[in-house]
Amino acid sequence: MIGAGLGIGWIGGRAMEAIARQPEAGGKIQTAMIISAALIEGVALFAVVVSMMAT
Amino acid sequence: MTSRFIAVVSIVFFTFGTLFPSEVLQAQTSHSQEDLQNETSGEAHEAGGQDHASGEEEFVANKFIMEHIKDSHEWHILTKKDGTHVSVYLPVILYSKHSGFHVFSSKKIAHGHTHKGFRMGHGQAEGKNLEGKIVEVDQNGELVEEGLPLDFSITKNVFMMMLSVAILLWVFLSLARSYKRTGISEPRGLQGFLEPVVVFVEEDIAIPNIREEKYQRYMPYLLTIFFFILLNNLMGLIPFFPFGANVTGNIAVTMTLAVFTFLITTFSGNKGYWRHIFNTPGVPVWLAPIMIPVEIIGMFTKPFALMIRLFANITAGHIIVLSLISMIFIFKSIFMSVPSLVMVIFMLCIELLVAFLQAYIFTLLSALFIGLAMPEHHHE
Repeated sequence: MIGAGLGIGWIGGRAMEAIARQPEAGGKIQTAMIISAALIEGVALFAVVVSMMAT
Repeated sequence: MTSRFIAVVSIVFFTFGTLFPSEVLQAQTSHSQEDLQNETSGEAHEAGGQDHASGEEEFVANKFIMEHIKDSHEWHILTKKDGTHVSVYLPVILYSKHSGFHVFSSKKIAHGHTHKGFRMGHGQAEGKNLEGKIVEVDQNGELVEEGLPLDFSITKNVFMMMLSVAILLWVFLSLARSYKRTGISEPRGLQGFLEPVVVFVEEDIAIPNIREEKYQRYMPYLLTIFFFILLNNLMGLIPFFPFGANVTGNIAVTMTLAVFTFLITTFSGNKGYWRHIFNTPGVPVWLAPIMIPVEIIGMFTKPFALMIRLFANITAGHIIVLSLISMIFIFKSIFMSVPSLVMVIFMLCIELLVAFLQAYIFTLLSALFIGLAMPEHHHE
């Protein structure tokens, strides 16, 4: 959970930096950010579901 | 400086956001364990004893939450103080190998009653979990040998899916009629609200991910799953009667949606896609025994992740809201209701965002997978 939180937070922060550097590429960066955040979140939620099934 | 600050804030926010629910859940499971211990040791402490004296059931947060998340045969609205239940009972349709077809109202088997040999199952039997399932029994109250009857009932989830399909059909058919009548003109009313969303799905999801000349074939599917998931997410957040069923938080529903994406991806895969799986370009032949199984597993993990993501996001959101509400009853204090309500409202706002985000992500990833199945012939 901590790892996923750190990962998504890092993606968010880096995407902000990237948008601040190149505001005209904001849309593309945002899409890429959401996709990678969703993939990380998928892994984290996978762990949650597996642990819920195990208990 | 500012960007570092933003990075730190977003890390803190997401860490808090992901840690917080697990803490709530832990608190609540440890609490229910205490409850169990109290019950098993038979030592009812002061407060518990008073509760039993006043005739109230002891509150078990785990059970309360699972009841609200699962599908059910009735729409429970409230239980009055004298113990009578106010619910909307939905029809039960059963096929049993033992006694054929049956159609009756779920009122007849609610709260432990037995009707025509059917009743709600409890606990475990022969390694199967019978909780919340309808079982068939003989005169002595024993389970019949043929096993569980097939259940085609209109349950809460089925009813809400029908409702959302009816709403979507009504809205979009009336929109289509108005477009036919007036042509492409300035949008009015509902048209003005939905046209940007449709254009968003087309221009931000379909065109960048599927190739320009091929995307139109997949627009009906993408628009359908987008609006179906969005409407069901939103209706799942409304907590009173005709809404509130946890449709997109049901793994069977999300599995069906993911299977559609999988089928469309597989059947629209062109030569390049299959070549990448069975004879990946640039990879030596002796690696094939490793590469082919990995690529084939990859075909299945993509829709599997879609299924788990939607299910877990929506279910987790509902669990958080319900745990925050249960805090009032766990602490048995009216002062707890204020922070609990504030947090519930905050969570519901986040859930509203998540409802849109998950519909967007599901559609986006579906479009991405379909686009990946049709690579252009760069390298030949």
